[in-house]
Amino acid sequence: MPNTQSTPGNGHAAGELPEPRIVGFFCTWCTYLAADLAGTSRIKYAPNVRVVRVMCSGRIDPQFVLAAFANGADGVLIGGCHPGDCHYQEGNYNCLRRARLLKRLLAQLGLEEERFRVEWISAAEGDRVRQVIDDMVEKLRALGPLNMKQQQPLVNIVPQEHALEGVWL
Amino acid sequence: MPDLRNGNQPPRIGVYVCHCGTNIAGTVDVAALADYATHLPNVVVSREYKYMCSDPGQELIRQDIRKNSLNRIVVASCSPLMHEPTFRGALAKAGINAFLLQMVNIREHVSWVHTNKVEATRKAKDLVRAAVRRVGFHKPLEKRKVAINPNVLIVGGGIAGIHAALTVANSGKHVHLVERQPTIGGHMAYFDKTFPTLDCAACILTPKMTAVGSHPNITLWTYSEVASVEGYVGNYKVKVRHKPRYIIEDLCIGCQECVEACVYKEGRWADEFNLGLSKRKPIYLPFPQAVPQKVLIDPEACIEFKSHKCKKTCIEACGERNAIDFHQKETIEEIEVGSIILATGFKTFDARRNAYYGYGVLPNVYTSLEVERLVNASGPTAGEIVMRDGSKPKAVGIIHCVGSRDHNTNRWCSKVCCMYSLKLAHLIRERIGAEVYNFYIDMRTPGKGYEEFYDRLLDEGVHFVRGRVAEVTDWPIHPSENGKLIIRAEDTLAGFVRRIPVDMVVLSVGLEPQANARDVRRMFNISCSEEGWFLERHPKLAPVSTFTDGVFIAGACQGPKDIPDSVAQAGAAAAEAMALADAKYVELEPYTAHVLEDACSGCKTCLNICPYTAISFIEETKKAQVNEVLCKGCGTCVATCPSGSIEQNLFEDQEIFEEVEGLLAYA
Repeated sequence: MPNTQSTPGNGHAAGELPEPRIVGFFCTWCTYLAADLAGTSRIKYAPNVRVVRVMCSGRIDPQFVLAAFANGADGVLIGGCHPGDCHYQEGNYNCLRRARLLKRLLAQLGLEEERFRVEWISAAEGDRVRQVIDDMVEKLRALGPLNMKQQQPLVNIVPQEHALEGVWL
Repeated sequence: MPDLRNGNQPPRIGVYVCHCGTNIAGTVDVAALADYATHLPNVVVSREYKYMCSDPGQELIRQDIRKNSLNRIVVASCSPLMHEPTFRGALAKAGINAFLLQMVNIREHVSWVHTNKVEATRKAKDLVRAAVRRVGFHKPLEKRKVAINPNVLIVGGGIAGIHAALTVANSGKHVHLVERQPTIGGHMAYFDKTFPTLDCAACILTPKMTAVGSHPNITLWTYSEVASVEGYVGNYKVKVRHKPRYIIEDLCIGCQECVEACVYKEGRWADEFNLGLSKRKPIYLPFPQAVPQKVLIDPEACIEFKSHKCKKTCIEACGERNAIDFHQKETIEEIEVGSIILATGFKTFDARRNAYYGYGVLPNVYTSLEVERLVNASGPTAGEIVMRDGSKPKAVGIIHCVGSRDHNTNRWCSKVCCMYSLKLAHLIRERIGAEVYNFYIDMRTPGKGYEEFYDRLLDEGVHFVRGRVAEVTDWPIHPSENGKLIIRAEDTLAGFVRRIPVDMVVLSVGLEPQANARDVRRMFNISCSEEGWFLERHPKLAPVSTFTDGVFIAGACQGPKDIPDSVAQAGAAAAEAMALADAKYVELEPYTAHVLEDACSGCKTCLNICPYTAISFIEETKKAQVNEVLCKGCGTCVATCPSGSIEQNLFEDQEIFEEVEGLLAYA
């Protein structure tokens, strides 16, 4: 595929459109298990998502999402339990409230809304992992790579040297 | 900044890549992956091995820890939910803290779901790189030990619940058995004979029911439901809702004189136990062998409840026993248990959904469960096989797979229908000598003595037609079909469509999850498969455990099962519960949150967010404090804290930021 905007150093040969890179934050009780189930069921899906396991989608700090974008992710996928099904009663609602705010912030920064997605996937829904990931990868391929440097200096919003010490905001 | 608290040494990381036979090595270039890891910062050794989880594999890690003074381990293999405990054990054995481990899931999340070896290997490298970055920040942690309440709650009083209750109670632990019907017994109590041995269901079930009723270690809660569940493994607080029978259970002796004396001389309401095939009175005993032997009053039917103008002959008959109480109210009581066994069973498929078989429209179309009652000696016809008009059928058609193996309804095989259909065919043929036709897709008779039973039926002259029935109709197209039910099916062995006139049709209905399975699942915090069966922790290695520690499942609530399988599972679940109780203590994962006092501003944002009220505000210091006993480790407060002053063990911000950066750092 011809390409003119190849990002250097991403492991792809020049002239090849870089594949979207997605960071997934998956709740260990539902979506992570669903991804495990997809594995044991040998369901095949796009290899673009790298999963970070958390105990609950309520643990997902918006900073994690921003950090992923700041470090070069083209998309972020949050996977939590269906409403009413949270292993910890209501963590997924907290996640949803944060995600709604975060979506607005990301829009103001100029990110397309397809780049940040929250999905409820129960432990039984292995095939839904495939659907969601394949769908997201397809949409991000159409959007092309996220080139934050040309749009907004997100790095300034999440200064890495301070992020680790938890003193910013 | 790498953490220096582990012996004040900078991280010395060992990376171990598992082949898992060819499961991983077939799709991921494990040699390249291990080689890649060698060049990552702080990695001292990196190896690949055929089976890391095997003893030699673990020994490899232990040796390296000792020889190379490793203080952090990364294992790239299967899901951490599978083998994290295994590798933590290996670390602990080698003398370093078990939590200085990070697992990388390159089987379920990589090799099994991707086909392109280059892409799969690239993904595996990213994941390993992230783990190497993250593990450097891991801190030594200790598991918390909490005492276990030895009492066990069992939900559901069918054969699985009964067997589990007796097993646990015989070991000296106390059992609370909760059953929502007025009697225990479950579906097995409906049956006359059980396949393939044809022993009488009542003869093998009722002694066990009686044993449950009289066991000193069993508290029986019939006509009761679990209202709520709180707590965690070893310490569950359960509220049980006890529905009013309008009979004081302690005073009723089960003499049934009140039933005799009721102003209604004949039954007028559909008898639930006979599936409406007979009538009962407003005051009744569910069935003669019911446990407990206590009558109950149906307030929908009783005159006293409707008009308050009944002569109350029942109270007269009860006399000095004074067991009848029209003012009884629902009660809720709290019990404390350490573990829970769910044995909530199944329901049968509603045959009305397959309208082309005419159930509910054609009177002589029955479900198999109704026929179980008809052939039962204590059933509505005292075991005589007669139809609704009182006549005996001369020809009977049994249709298999109604609501099973059907893409329009339920896709699964219900496992028991072939065998119970054979049993009913045998009983019908034996009792009334009718011609019996079985319409089947495949005969599925795996099991001890099952295939032999099928052979026996073939010899007994039962007819077998291989083909799915298209419809059951009462429209004759030939005089010989007048007044009959006509079964139209393609005989796939003979190769043509047949019309077989019969008098009675039996629909072998499949097994389905209980209608409220999803509510029950939610209450006990476990998972369901897409169909609604309770999900086991592992289909092979942890078939009665769930993802919630201390909650076990047994019997058909987990999937269609016959009696031997249900009993075997019940025994397994009982053993799990007993093992937990005998351990006296349980170790809880240390993923709890704690407040960094210096940083806490005392804003109280976290207080309301905690679903377990584990966070309190200390007035003296004006700081929040987490009670680690109540904390279940979701981490929601950590993400909520505006000043970043709450940490969650093993999921610290720092650790997750490192992981995210590691994932995205270009190699």
